[in-house]
Amino acid sequence: MPIFEVKDLRLHYLLRYGDKVHAVDGVSFSIEQGEVLGIAGESGCGKSTLVNGCMGLFIPPLCPTSGDVLVEGESLMNRTPKDIRENVLARKVSIIPQGAFNSLNPTRKIKNFAADLINSHEKGGDKKAIYKRLHDRFELLGMETDRVLNSYPIQLTAGERQRSVIGISTLLNPKLVIADEPTSALDVTTQKAVIKMIFDLLERKIFSTMIFITHELPLLRHVANRIGVMYAGQIVEMGTAEQIVFDPRHPYTKALMSSMLSAEPDQKQRKPVTIDGAPPNLVKTIAGCRFADRCKETREECKICKQEIRIVGERLVRCQYAA
Amino acid sequence: MQHKTNIFAAAGITRIFGHGKKSVKAIDAVSFTIEDEEIVSIVGGSGCGKSVLAKMMLGLIKPTAGEFLYSGREIKNLREHWREVQPVFQDPFSCFNQFFTIRSQLESSFCIFKQKPSRREVKERVDGALLAVNIKPNEIEGKYPFELSGGQMQRMLLARIFALRPKVLIADEPTSMVDACVRANILEYLMKLKQELKMTIIFITHDIGLAYYVSDRIFIMHKGQIVEQGSPDTVAFRPQSGHTLQLLEDIPDIHKEWIKR
Repeated sequence: MPIFEVKDLRLHYLLRYGDKVHAVDGVSFSIEQGEVLGIAGESGCGKSTLVNGCMGLFIPPLCPTSGDVLVEGESLMNRTPKDIRENVLARKVSIIPQGAFNSLNPTRKIKNFAADLINSHEKGGDKKAIYKRLHDRFELLGMETDRVLNSYPIQLTAGERQRSVIGISTLLNPKLVIADEPTSALDVTTQKAVIKMIFDLLERKIFSTMIFITHELPLLRHVANRIGVMYAGQIVEMGTAEQIVFDPRHPYTKALMSSMLSAEPDQKQRKPVTIDGAPPNLVKTIAGCRFADRCKETREECKICKQEIRIVGERLVRCQYAA
Repeated sequence: MQHKTNIFAAAGITRIFGHGKKSVKAIDAVSFTIEDEEIVSIVGGSGCGKSVLAKMMLGLIKPTAGEFLYSGREIKNLREHWREVQPVFQDPFSCFNQFFTIRSQLESSFCIFKQKPSRREVKERVDGALLAVNIKPNEIEGKYPFELSGGQMQRMLLARIFALRPKVLIADEPTSMVDACVRANILEYLMKLKQELKMTIIFITHDIGLAYYVSDRIFIMHKGQIVEQGSPDTVAFRPQSGHTLQLLEDIPDIHKEWIKR
C-alpha cells in the first residue's frame, strides 16, 4: 500500500461574487515508503495550494471541490482543523516551510519553541526529558547545539534558521515530510549544506518519504527519485528524475529545461529560451490545453480538445502530440 | 587614442560596522576599477559584503577608510548621484509603495531630475519603458503593486530603469526571488539595456552561472575581500582561488554529481 496517495484532487479559492479560482485541478499521485517525489513548476502554478491540500488544511477561502487525500489509507478530507492539528500534523505529515524567519516565533528561543511542539502533542512530558531529547536531536543534525538552542531566531544566520526549522519539523518522526521550497531564499553554499542535512536525516531513517517542491529542476535531479511538473493546476508530466531532466517530452518541460543557465563553455552561444506570455487565468474554465497559448508546437486542435494524461515513453504526459 | 573613463574607482576601501570587540569588517581593503559600458558581476555567498559594496556605489554607505570615486569625484550630493546611478533590488514588493498605483510611482520617479520633463513626455517615456519590458501600458492602468505577480513586479523595477535611462545600473540579486523562466526573461532585458542605452551594469548575485552568462568581468568576493577577478571564462574554467572552486561546486548541475547519497 502506498504511504501517501492523492486521488484526482481539485481545490479552489472562493472569490467575491461567487467566482472560484481552480488552483489545483485534477492532481493524482501516490508515494511509496522511502521515495522522494519532486514537484516543479513556476510561481502561481498551484504548488503551494497542493501542499495545503496534502496536509488536509482547508482554511477558507481554500475549499476542496472533489477528490481524496490518503495518509496510510486514512482520508484527510472532511475533518475539522482541530482534528487535523492534533492527529495528523507533525506526527504523520510535517512541513518544511519556505521562509524560516516567518515560521519561527521571534520572541521565543529555539529550544522553547521546539519544546512547545512536543508539549502540544505529548501530554505530561517531563521538562528535563524534553530538553534532553531536543539536545540529542540537534546534536545528530551536526549543529552547534548549545548555542543554537539558546538563541532567538534573529541571532542565527539564515542557514542555521532553516536547519533549525527542519530539525523542529522532523522532531516527532513524521511519516511524510513536505518541503515547500526550503532553499530558495538561501545562497548556493548554504543550499548545499541544507540539502546535505536533509539527506542525512533520510539516511538515519528519521523520516523516509518526502515531497520536495521547488522551481529549480537541476536541484530536483539530485534530490528526487521521481519528478512531477506542474502547470496551471495540473501535472503535465511525471516520470523518473532522469527521464524528466534528460529527455523531457511535454513542450512545457522542454521549455523549462532550456531556460536553465549554467557555467558551461557553450552557454554564451546557447541563449536561454524564454517562455513568452503568462499562465492562464484560472477563474475561467479552459476548454483545451492550458499551455496552448505559450506552446511553441501549438496546433489548432490544442485550444479546443481537452488534454488527458497518457503514457509516452514510460512516463505520464498530458499532451496529445508528445512523442 | 581615446581613453575609456573609469566609472567607479576604489582604492583600499574598508568598511567597519560596530565598535570595539563587536566590530565587523564588512569590506576589507578592496581596490578595483569599473570602466564605462562594462558589465561587472560581483559573486559571493551571503554575508560576504557584496550588498555593502552595492550600497556604497549608491552612496548610501560611506567607506571607513580608503578612497571611493565615481567618475573621478567623491560622491557628495546624493540627488545628483542618483540621476546617474540607479538600483534594481531583489524584492520588488518592498520597493513600491502599496498605497499608490504603479503608474503614478513610475511617473513620480522623474522628480529626481533638475527639470522634470513635461507631463506628456513623462507619459510617453513610461509607456515606452513598459513596452520595452513586454507589458502593455493598459495592463497596469490603475493597478496597485499587490495586484501583479512577482515576475511582473520585477519587470516594473526594470521599466523604471528604461524610463529614467541612468548611466549606471546596480542590480542587487534581481533574479533570486523569481523562477527560471522569468529569470531568463530578466537577463534578456538587462542585455537589452546594455545594448540600447550603453549602460554600465553592476550585477550582484550568488549564482556564478548567471554571472558567466551576462558579464564582461567577474569579481569573486569572500569575507569582504575580492579573492579573484577576471574574464568569465578564466574565472569559470580556470579558477585560481579555492573560494571560486567552492562556489562552482555548490551549484547543482544536472550533469555532475553534486552530493553523494
